[in-house]
Amino acid sequence: MRDFIVSRGISGAVSLFIVTLLVFAGTALLPGDAASALLGQNATPEALEAIRRNLGLDQPLIWRYLAWVGHAAQGDFGQSLASGRPVAEVLLPRLGNSLLLASVAAVLLLPFAIGGGIAAAIWQDSWFDRVLGFTSMLFLAMPAFLVGYILIYVLAVRLGWFPSMSVAPLFGGASAWAKILALPVISLVIIGQAHTMKLTRTAILAVLATDYVLMAEVKGISRRRIILRHALPNALSAILSISILTVAYLIVDVVVIEIVFSYPGLGKLMVDSVAYRDLTVVQACGLLFALIFIGMNFLADLLALLVNPRQRVPARGA
Amino acid sequence: MRNLGFLLSLAAFAVLILAALLAPLIAPYLPSEPVHAPYAAPGDGGLLGADSLGRDMFSRILYGLRYTLGISLTVAVLAACAGVSLAFLAAFRRGWTDILLGRLVDAIMSVPQIIFALVVLAVAGVSLTTLILTMAVLEATLFYRVIRPVAADIVAMDYVEVARLRGEGLGWYLRREILPNAAPTLIAEFGIRIAYAVLFISGLSFLGVGVQPPAADLGGLVRENALAISVGQLSPLAPAACIALITLSVNGIVDWFIHKYSIRAELG
Repeated sequence: MRDFIVSRGISGAVSLFIVTLLVFAGTALLPGDAASALLGQNATPEALEAIRRNLGLDQPLIWRYLAWVGHAAQGDFGQSLASGRPVAEVLLPRLGNSLLLASVAAVLLLPFAIGGGIAAAIWQDSWFDRVLGFTSMLFLAMPAFLVGYILIYVLAVRLGWFPSMSVAPLFGGASAWAKILALPVISLVIIGQAHTMKLTRTAILAVLATDYVLMAEVKGISRRRIILRHALPNALSAILSISILTVAYLIVDVVVIEIVFSYPGLGKLMVDSVAYRDLTVVQACGLLFALIFIGMNFLADLLALLVNPRQRVPARGA
Repeated sequence: MRNLGFLLSLAAFAVLILAALLAPLIAPYLPSEPVHAPYAAPGDGGLLGADSLGRDMFSRILYGLRYTLGISLTVAVLAACAGVSLAFLAAFRRGWTDILLGRLVDAIMSVPQIIFALVVLAVAGVSLTTLILTMAVLEATLFYRVIRPVAADIVAMDYVEVARLRGEGLGWYLRREILPNAAPTLIAEFGIRIAYAVLFISGLSFLGVGVQPPAADLGGLVRENALAISVGQLSPLAPAACIALITLSVNGIVDWFIHKYSIRAELG
C-alpha cells in the first residue's frame, strides 16, 4: 500500500514538475517577453532593458526557472504586470470565492447525482433510467454557458427571483451572498450532475454484474438487501473517486460560469488577466488550477485505496 | 430507437454542414453589415433579430457555423494525425520513446484543458493559428491515450509479426495491417473529439480568447450578445443552442457507430 501511494505521489509530482516547466517555458521562450508585453509596442529599447533587469529577465533561463519555482512554492508569485500589486494578494480572495462557489455546488450536487445514478442502475432500463439517460445526454452536449444563460433568462429576467449578475456585496452578510451564489451554483449543479450520475450508474452496474451478486440473487436474498449489503459497499471506493473527481471538474467549470455571472473568482481573474496579457497572474492562476486538479486526482486514488482493501496489494495476490 | 436517433442526428449534422458550406448563398445579409435597428426583435429585423450593432443574427450564425465547424474539424484531423502516429511510434519503439511520450501526455492531461489553453494563448497571443495548434496538441494527447493500448495490442498480433518476418517496412504495415484494424476505434474516437472540439472552441471564444472580432464563431456570438439576455432578449441563446445541436448530432452518430460495431464484433 505504501509503495502504491508513493508511486502515485511521484507520478503526480512529475506531472506537476512538467507543468511548471511548460508554464515557465511558455512565458520564457516565446517571442515577446513580459517586458514588451508590459510596455507595449512603442517602448524605447532603454526602457525595455531597464524593465528586463528589474524583472530579472537578463538572468540565465535555468536560474530564472529555479527562482520562479522557489518563490512560487513560498506563495510568492511576483507582481501583477497590470496593477503592480503582489500576485498572491490579488489571487487569494479570488481563490476563496471560487472555492466557496465550487464547494457549495458540490455539497448540493453529490448526494443528488450519486443517488440518481444508484437509482438509475437499480431500475436499469426503467422509464426513470431512460429519462435520466436522455437528460444527461442533453446536458453533456450543452456548452456550460447555455445552461447559465437559460437560468438567467428564466429565473432572473422573467421571474426576477435572483440578480443576473454577481455584483459583489463585500460585506453584505449571508443572505446577500446566498442571492449571489444561487444562480452560479444551480448552473454548476446542472452542468456537473450529468457526468457524475452517469459514472455512478456505470460503477453500480459493474458491481451488479459480478458473480457474488448473482450468487446472492440465486440464494434468494431480497433485492433491497443485495443492493444495500452486497453491491453498495463494494461500489463505495468507485463512488468516492467519482465524488472527488466531480469536485475537480467543478473547479474547472467554475471558469466559464464565473464569466457568465461576472462572479469575482479565480476563473474570472485568469480570463481577465489573459485579456490584459498580465502574464504573472495567468501563470500563477494556471499553476494553482493545475495544483488543485493534480491534488484532487491524487486524493481520489488515495481514498479509493483506503476504502477498498483489495486495491492495496495490486501486484501480489492475483 | 437508436436508429431513429441516428437518422435524426445524421440529418441534423448534414443540414448544419450544408448551412456552413452554403452560408454566402443562404444568408440574407452580410454578417458584418448593420441592416436592422440595434437589438431588433425577431420578425422586425430578420429571422432571429439583430445584435447590438443591428447586424442580422441569422446571417451571423450561418457564418459563425463556418468558423466553429471549420476549426473543430481541422483540430480533430490534426490531433488524430499527431496522436495516432505518436501512439504507434511508442508502441513500436517501446523503451525511452514510450516512457517520455507517456509522461508528457500524462502531464498535459493532468491540467484541465481550458486552463492549459488559457496559459498558452495568454503567452502566444490569440490568432487562428495558435488557437488551432493549441487545441490540436491538447486533443492529440487524448487520441494518444485511447490509441496507445490499441496499438500495443495490434503490434503484438500474429499477422503483424508475419509481416515483420516478411521483411515489410514500418510504413507498409502501418498502412496495410494496422490502420485497418484500428479503424473502428479510431473513427469512434474521431467523432467524440469533433464534438469535444466544438465545445472547446465555443468555450474559448465565449471567454474571449477564441475567434476574434469582428469575425465570430458560435461561442463568440454568445459572448457578443450576452448583455441582450439581461434585457429579456433570447437571441444569444440561438447560437448556443446551435452548438448543443452540433454536439448532440455528432454524439448520436458516434453512439450508433459504436453500437453497430460492437454488435458486429460479437457476431464475428
